[in-house]
Amino acid sequence: MELAKIQETLRMLNDEKLDVRTITMGISLLDCIDADSTRACQKIYDKITTKAAHLVEVGQAIEAEFGIPIVNKRVTVTPIALIAAASETTDYVPFARTLDRAAQTLGIDFIGGFSALVQKGYHQGDQRLIAALPQALAETDLVCGSVNVGSTRSGINMDAVADLGQAIRQAAQQDVMANAKLVVFCNAVADNPFMAGGFHGVSEADVVINAGVSGPGVIKAALEKVQGQPLDVVAETIKQTAFKVTRMGQLVGSQAAQRLGVPFGIVDLSLAPTPAVGDSVAQVLEEIGLSQVGGHGTTAALALLNDAVKKGGIMACSHVGGLSGAFIPVSEDAGMIDAVQAGTLSLAKLEAMTAVCSVGLDMIAIPGDTPATTISAMIADEAAIGMINNKTTAVRIIPVPGKQVGDTVEFGGLLGHAPIMGVNPASAAALIERGGQIPAPIHSFKN
Amino acid sequence: MKAIVTTVGQDQVGIIAGVSQYLAQAHINILDVSQTIMAGYFTMMMAVEVPAGADFTQLATELTSLGHTLGVEINIRNEQLYRAMHQLEG
Repeated sequence: MELAKIQETLRMLNDEKLDVRTITMGISLLDCIDADSTRACQKIYDKITTKAAHLVEVGQAIEAEFGIPIVNKRVTVTPIALIAAASETTDYVPFARTLDRAAQTLGIDFIGGFSALVQKGYHQGDQRLIAALPQALAETDLVCGSVNVGSTRSGINMDAVADLGQAIRQAAQQDVMANAKLVVFCNAVADNPFMAGGFHGVSEADVVINAGVSGPGVIKAALEKVQGQPLDVVAETIKQTAFKVTRMGQLVGSQAAQRLGVPFGIVDLSLAPTPAVGDSVAQVLEEIGLSQVGGHGTTAALALLNDAVKKGGIMACSHVGGLSGAFIPVSEDAGMIDAVQAGTLSLAKLEAMTAVCSVGLDMIAIPGDTPATTISAMIADEAAIGMINNKTTAVRIIPVPGKQVGDTVEFGGLLGHAPIMGVNPASAAALIERGGQIPAPIHSFKN
Repeated sequence: MKAIVTTVGQDQVGIIAGVSQYLAQAHINILDVSQTIMAGYFTMMMAVEVPAGADFTQLATELTSLGHTLGVEINIRNEQLYRAMHQLEG
């Protein structure tokens, strides 16, 4: 092994904040279904705490041996709406409390899967889960929820979109942090290791390990060496760097799976930022040539970045999955926060950016008095982008009671802080109140 | 297990001796050494064989504190880390 290559790896780890964002164990709860909800909850607790008993310990051993931080250890489970539907109860909050208790016992960072898939209609369990969302997310610390409201094959369930606008408003009243743990999707993926939108799809194996990489700091440092060169060189540099970053995810994920005795699922190639300085996707875009993210040219730079990360990452691992794209969460990215505060980055531009990257309007704080129908309309717009472009889109939006544009809200830790962003005041109430289903687009009829 | 020990810091008397002595008493065989002075900084990479069953976490902690004593930064990492990043095979 050459000295220069060893030094390059050390520089990525020590100076450029290279880490593996998460190893996530997906656990199927289909065998925990029970007519008695108390018994179902006990089975769920027992299965999670048995299957993931060594997840944290194995993660820490890998961190020590390879000297690479694994920022989060997480668990995802089968969407609870499917599991709880068989139980004779209308209150699904105890299921969330069970997940939280299991997560606390394991010492993991998050557990995802308090979820429902409603893109083409509700069953009873879906409605009960959505009704339970505000209280469930407000009362628990580590539980993440998600609802898939649309897909390219099915269209968009606008009844669910309307109900979620209400649920998000109610959750904000109970606890401002609740909505940081709720993602509304179109084209949700079943093997996503990232939170808050992760759940374990019904077509997945019983237990599986997925890994999510990070690495904006490494990409930015590599681009600093090719300043002023053509965009072809930029794309090539990102590809080569993404390859190296992804190899870390493949190594750590496969090691974790092997040591835990479960199959290795996928590496998610998403470029995930953190609030730390130098770990920002916005700063990568600025290194490509924007004076500040949000200005004209942002969508083009982001499209190049997102595509090059995928091209570089795909050959670096055996199976790619999850969301696999650059994340642009506002509160979790120092450069995005700066751009909002400077007035350069608006909600409208963020929406345009989501058309070319994963995942959507993410970790965006809005005034607490934003009408539920406006929140629903924002969800509908994002879902439409996902449906028509055959990609995953999502909304994780946080109304903050008592705050207005210009104020800031502090979330803490990986979630960072967020300036309150202005929402378009024109009402979409009549659109949302129609309800019904937006039909599947023409290009879904491929057979 | 093959591992790479990296030592970086201000050059001074006794760094190689200090690291080698620790590795010898921990029954760790040195397979290869490359060392240079870069911009006044002592930089050394050692490829080593860690005996099966050794407590790697303890080893890493002890090497870190040895580094504090010697006034340099010492890390030990599984060699696979570097192979994974820089080699397509193996």
